[in-house]
Amino acid sequence: MTHVLEPDALPGATPAVHAPLPPYDDVTRSDAAFRAFLHGLPGVDQVGAEARAAQLGTRSIKTTSKAWAIDTAISMVDLTTLEGADTPGKVRSLAAKARQPDPSDPSCPQVAAVCVYGDLAGAAREALAGTGIHVAAVATAFPSGRASRAVKIADVRDAVENGADEIDMVIDRGAFLTGRYLDVYEEIVAVKEACEGAHLKVILETGELKTLDNVRRASWIAMLAGGDFIKTSTGKISPAATLPVGLVMLEAVRDFRIATGRQVGFKPAGGIRTTKDAVKHLVMINETAGPDWLDPDWFRFGASSLLNDLLLQRQKLRTGHYSGPDYVTVD
Amino acid sequence: MIGNDRLAVRKTYKLYVNGAFPRSESGRTYEVTDAKGHFLANVSRASRKDARDAVVAARAAFPKWSGATAYNRGQVLYRVAEVMEGRHVQFCEEVAAGEGLSSSRARAAVDAAIDRWVWYAGWTDKLASVLGGANPVAGPYFDFSLPEPTGVVAVLAPQQSSLLGLVSVLAPVLATGCTAVVVTSEQRPIPAVTLGEVLATSDVPGGVVNLLTGDAEELGPWLAEHADVDAVDLTGAPAGRAMEFEREAAGTIKRVVRPPVTEPDWTADPGLSRMTPFLETKTVWHPMGV
Repeated sequence: MTHVLEPDALPGATPAVHAPLPPYDDVTRSDAAFRAFLHGLPGVDQVGAEARAAQLGTRSIKTTSKAWAIDTAISMVDLTTLEGADTPGKVRSLAAKARQPDPSDPSCPQVAAVCVYGDLAGAAREALAGTGIHVAAVATAFPSGRASRAVKIADVRDAVENGADEIDMVIDRGAFLTGRYLDVYEEIVAVKEACEGAHLKVILETGELKTLDNVRRASWIAMLAGGDFIKTSTGKISPAATLPVGLVMLEAVRDFRIATGRQVGFKPAGGIRTTKDAVKHLVMINETAGPDWLDPDWFRFGASSLLNDLLLQRQKLRTGHYSGPDYVTVD
Repeated sequence: MIGNDRLAVRKTYKLYVNGAFPRSESGRTYEVTDAKGHFLANVSRASRKDARDAVVAARAAFPKWSGATAYNRGQVLYRVAEVMEGRHVQFCEEVAAGEGLSSSRARAAVDAAIDRWVWYAGWTDKLASVLGGANPVAGPYFDFSLPEPTGVVAVLAPQQSSLLGLVSVLAPVLATGCTAVVVTSEQRPIPAVTLGEVLATSDVPGGVVNLLTGDAEELGPWLAEHADVDAVDLTGAPAGRAMEFEREAAGTIKRVVRPPVTEPDWTADPGLSRMTPFLETKTVWHPMGV
């Protein structure tokens, strides 16, 4: 594939696929134009972002606010199992936990979704029928994304046919890091088309993008291409969802809505294990993107062990004494 | 010649949690004085959140410590006694100052504490033979029982005997394979702080012992109610509160060691009385002759 440097030279007779929302409908007209647009985004002050994230992490959330935060966080969890050893039985037990996270307390809210590999989406769909809990499936050669586009599209179609109503795709980091932004964009557009109405979450795998500037650019590519959510990580690579990365991505979704009127959701995944981490994220959303995002439709936690810690904290608030891992299910 | 105009090194001791020496999460400290009321040092006053962190650390350390061979545990505990011996002079001074003992009586207490530690180190690989064994059952089974450690033990250490008493309640917990969260004597915590330094520099894995200096009255209820604590030793519970702690411990069916009416003479032979409360008996029925 050749990549032209002249901003106005078009690749072939037809313009690039699927123009983004105005006012950005012309930025994808060529590789060079797209690159110029992405590199023209304001640079991220890394030290400033880290300081801001650290400062937001010091907010003290106690008593009734904490109870609210815990329940809200539980309702935002994408309960995830992405292991080679996953079985339909494991997915069913995860689904049971999703429906009733704390069997000792019926007032505990349900989680938002169960996230599995595409071939197990059917098992999850069956186990969650009638609950309103979404079935998310990872696709597009998760987690590396190293496969031809045809394979990735087939992967997505397969997951949707199996009953997934949310698709978590990974971007092509190789293409991104070599500067082939338009390839990344077109691939997301193609996957979105293959989703046939299923919600599309675009995983940036920020641990591989190296800089916060790259995180901002990748966020914009995903939003311009029509992603419904931008998601930090696959959870297979460390570092994953750090607070500074979250801050940059939340600024991106905020700026995107201001510019285009379309709201995009945000999902940090990987590395969020404690209630304290979750509350820090909630604080950051509220103060960065705004309360509109404090809703399971616009914000999710991709996590597996986080839910247990949330339940332990919930039990602590309810009973007044510390709980222990014997009082929640193992996975 | 430096002489007497050297500046005093003022000490503010920290907690010993998960193999590290953190300050109290609350930032609180209190002054410790010797038996005559002279200032000795500042120590951290642990909060309930420090106790919570200590329980998490003790729980995480439990699989490895309880899974170690009894022989290995004995070796590690003996190593602790060796390092204590190296700090003999320091322990003597601290015990003498804190408890107001003469130097010879302080030395006797430290000697007894180290001997007690060695004694318990020897018990690790003998407990199973003494407390377990084959059971004669009326059936075609080879049936045997063996003692296993119960888990995380919260210990309220004696308030009077700052080293011998502490060793007498801590060493048996470790010998059985349990991990410990200890609330030290409030007024006489300094030998416990030094014991923490000993444990950190011997082979005891981080988290197996966690030492919290502070108020047993404040921390006791949190540990007694904590659902992830398997047993509580109320030896150092404040007067009149033990029954209440025991009631709170019953909520999660903990094993409880009741406090003696008055603090006992710790030099007396303890027998197995301080180890058996922290053991669970597992019985195996193995079919045979079929």
